[in-house]
Amino acid sequence: MDDRNILEIRGLRSYFFTEKGTVPAVDGVDIDVPKGSIVGLVGESGCGKSMTVRSIMGLVKYPGRVVEGSMCFDGRELSGLRENELRKICGDDISMIFQEPMTSLNPVMKVGKQVREALMIHDRSISRAEADKKVMEIFEKVGIPEPEKRLECYPHQLSGGLRQRVMIAMAMICRPKLLIADEPTTALDVTIEAQILRLMKELRDETGMSVLLITHNLGVVAEICDYVYVMYAGRIVEQAETFELFDHTAHPYTRGLLDSIPRIGGSAERLHTIPGVVPNLLHLPKGCAFCNRCGYAEEACHKAGGELMEIRPGHKVRCIKPLETEVKA
Amino acid sequence: MKYFLKRVIGTIPVLLGVVLLIFIMLRIIPGSPVLVMLGEHYDQETIERLTELMGLDQPLLVQFFDYVKGALMGDLGVSYRYQRPVADMIMDALPYTVKLAVMAALFAWVMGLVSGIIAAVNNNNFIDRLFMGVSLLGVSMPIFMTSLVLQYIFSFKLGILPMTEDGSMVSMILPAIALGWNSAGSVARMTRSSLIEVMQADYIDTAKAKGLLRGAVIMKHALRNSLLPVVTMMALQLSSMLSGAVITESVFAIPGIGRLATEAISNRDMPVLQGTVLFTTVIVIAGNLLADMLYSVLDPRIRKGE
Amino acid sequence: MSSDILKNDIRPDDELSLQIGERDGIRDKLKRMCRQNPLAAVSAIVILIFILMAIFAPIIAPYGETEPDLLNRLQDPSLTHLLGTDELGRDLFSRMLYGSRLSITIGILPSLISLIIGVIAGLVAGYFGGWIDYVIMRIADVMLSVPSLLLAMVVMYTLGTSTINLFVALTMTGWSSVARVVRSHTLSIKESEYVEAARSIGVSKWKIMFRHIFPNCIPSLIVLFTLNVPSAILSESSLSFLGIGIKVPFASWGLIVNQGRQFLFTQPWLCLAPCVAIMIIVLAFNFLGDGLRDVLDPYMQR
Repeated sequence: MDDRNILEIRGLRSYFFTEKGTVPAVDGVDIDVPKGSIVGLVGESGCGKSMTVRSIMGLVKYPGRVVEGSMCFDGRELSGLRENELRKICGDDISMIFQEPMTSLNPVMKVGKQVREALMIHDRSISRAEADKKVMEIFEKVGIPEPEKRLECYPHQLSGGLRQRVMIAMAMICRPKLLIADEPTTALDVTIEAQILRLMKELRDETGMSVLLITHNLGVVAEICDYVYVMYAGRIVEQAETFELFDHTAHPYTRGLLDSIPRIGGSAERLHTIPGVVPNLLHLPKGCAFCNRCGYAEEACHKAGGELMEIRPGHKVRCIKPLETEVKA
Repeated sequence: MKYFLKRVIGTIPVLLGVVLLIFIMLRIIPGSPVLVMLGEHYDQETIERLTELMGLDQPLLVQFFDYVKGALMGDLGVSYRYQRPVADMIMDALPYTVKLAVMAALFAWVMGLVSGIIAAVNNNNFIDRLFMGVSLLGVSMPIFMTSLVLQYIFSFKLGILPMTEDGSMVSMILPAIALGWNSAGSVARMTRSSLIEVMQADYIDTAKAKGLLRGAVIMKHALRNSLLPVVTMMALQLSSMLSGAVITESVFAIPGIGRLATEAISNRDMPVLQGTVLFTTVIVIAGNLLADMLYSVLDPRIRKGE
Repeated sequence: MSSDILKNDIRPDDELSLQIGERDGIRDKLKRMCRQNPLAAVSAIVILIFILMAIFAPIIAPYGETEPDLLNRLQDPSLTHLLGTDELGRDLFSRMLYGSRLSITIGILPSLISLIIGVIAGLVAGYFGGWIDYVIMRIADVMLSVPSLLLAMVVMYTLGTSTINLFVALTMTGWSSVARVVRSHTLSIKESEYVEAARSIGVSKWKIMFRHIFPNCIPSLIVLFTLNVPSAILSESSLSFLGIGIKVPFASWGLIVNQGRQFLFTQPWLCLAPCVAIMIIVLAFNFLGDGLRDVLDPYMQR
């Protein structure tokens, strides 16, 4: 393992075993998260991004299961760990924020206690009063106004934005080395989204942690990510540094995603959409998984999919006919 | 508190409805109750005198309000058969039924919750199936069957527990188990399915991601949430438990309220039947209120009254 | 890994359902039930056998229903009398076969009637709302508040013990739970876009209720019906056991238990055999109901 990386995923496969067949939701994914950087994992709903991070945390739900692959965190292999050993790392060195702040907090427990719990699990010597003080500090840090009052609130008494801040506080309180954020802003208003993203970036700058950010929104990626992975139908189809990806988009799918971001001052043309939907993973096309939706597909694309190839330094793409053109203004 | 007050007031129309329903149903019988009382020997004058005395010559509506007025003051009429105030008869029978129901409920809830939780955490393996099979058996056995089987085994074959009620606590054990067996099955099934559903919730993932171990996830986060529907169901169980008490009291010869009701039917003793049905219904409604209160303690979302 | 916690009764992950993206028809669901839950399928067969035995009771029964044979009273089970004879020398097996006719009919018919009443009441209450809703639901509350056995006893007291009156009693207690379920479905579907759309193009209220809302309730209703039948069977047998249900000489299982009870310690099979019969059919309906609920209606609360 490269010790500049906090997390290295190699050949991860997580499948759903359903009655209708095996669904390869994550099918051979390699991801590196360098220390201190924010890495984006982008794709449409159902492409396997959530499953990827759930595999790291040991949260894959039945009938899903991690089939194979290595997940190396800070020099430790996670994939073979027993549940109890994994739980010692979870919440302490790796923590996670979920998509739905509405349902991700226990409705019958005060939020202060929920955050405090995260701290006290991993530091058994800490007293309740000390823990409460720390919770208050972290509440303040993540921008929760009147922290001492909020401690005593139940989740339903807080707004969505505040709840997500509580989630972030809970994730941050043990000063993790890696924060996994699974679409943390999807359920929030745009203004709140910007605040939350800024907060995450600030926390990264302050603590030097790494962030693995899952999103379907390339706009979010452009805003805060250093490096991007684009995922499609269970596989990485393109990966590059953020600027490189935006400037030299090589995969038609990434291009489609970029074109479908509405831009102020853009031409009055119709907004681009990618035709079709994510393919049924039970019946993937024989060749490239994207070929049926791809405007550039040729006969060869239907026969065989490409491998991930490096086309420029640090820029890999899985396409036998990558786009070379500059993004049109 | 305001929420609770609202709930209490909300039960008033239901209570009035129950009184009205029972009242009307017991009074549309052909034939005057006076005739039932007098039996074979009567003359016209006595009938008229008694009818007037009992207020049966009044319009039904007047009779109804008189009854409600009386009931509010604890007067449920006088038994045709025994010439005793129904309220007194109920008060005499009440301790037996309360003892029976409390013991049965304790048995049902403890057994039901424990086996429900055990089944849920052993999801789908042998232990789960065993517990759920027994629970379903519990739900499917008629109460009189449980009673008879228990009587046959423990009183007749083994001779370790009394056959019928004799005033001791020990003699209540068999009836309480017979009565609670059924509810224990329902509570266990509900607890299991509720706990399994809650374990799928997002906040359970959060708790795991925090680093809580599985046991702690269940005890600290899942259990309380999964108890919410179980509490409601327990209150509903009160109603079926009181139905069941009628049968266990009959099998084990317990002079409780259910027994009063069955006897009232064979004696054609309308005021007693009316009184016992009303009384048990009030208990059921009160039980539901209590469950609501408990629910609001367990679930802060309701406590605030939204 | 931790993911194997609690495998059953789950909603498929959003991600998973997106990926599979297919919805099952009712026939697929039934097939799936048979595969996942063979006990439910076996239960369906058991119920069918019971029903067939009830229908063909006169052909199967070795003796008549009320054929006394005073020379052969209280016989132990034997080849001539499979389950022995009662105090009048009547063959218990034959009596139980005939008894199943009443017990099963009383399980199914009142449940069906309360289903119909409950559907109409629930649809009307949920759709119209306002005071109509209030009145209907308070009536349902009243019915649910009185312990069902006691309510049935009141009905039997008033109308007298007869089979028809037993039907009335069981229907009175059964419709309210159906009404509650249908009402809550109606409330949620009423607001949906397609009902709005139907309303906006002028489809009549009743048509919306029965064409658009009712079909959505059907899966829940199938489950509810399957679970109401056993409770009706239990209620009937309880009433008959107390001697206020079916009238002699007609037999139902509950009544046979009642008559056999005095011989519990000498000829226990006289009352336990019909008990077991009741238990088996109730168990079968419960198993089937559970299986159906799992495939048809995973979100239904008990």
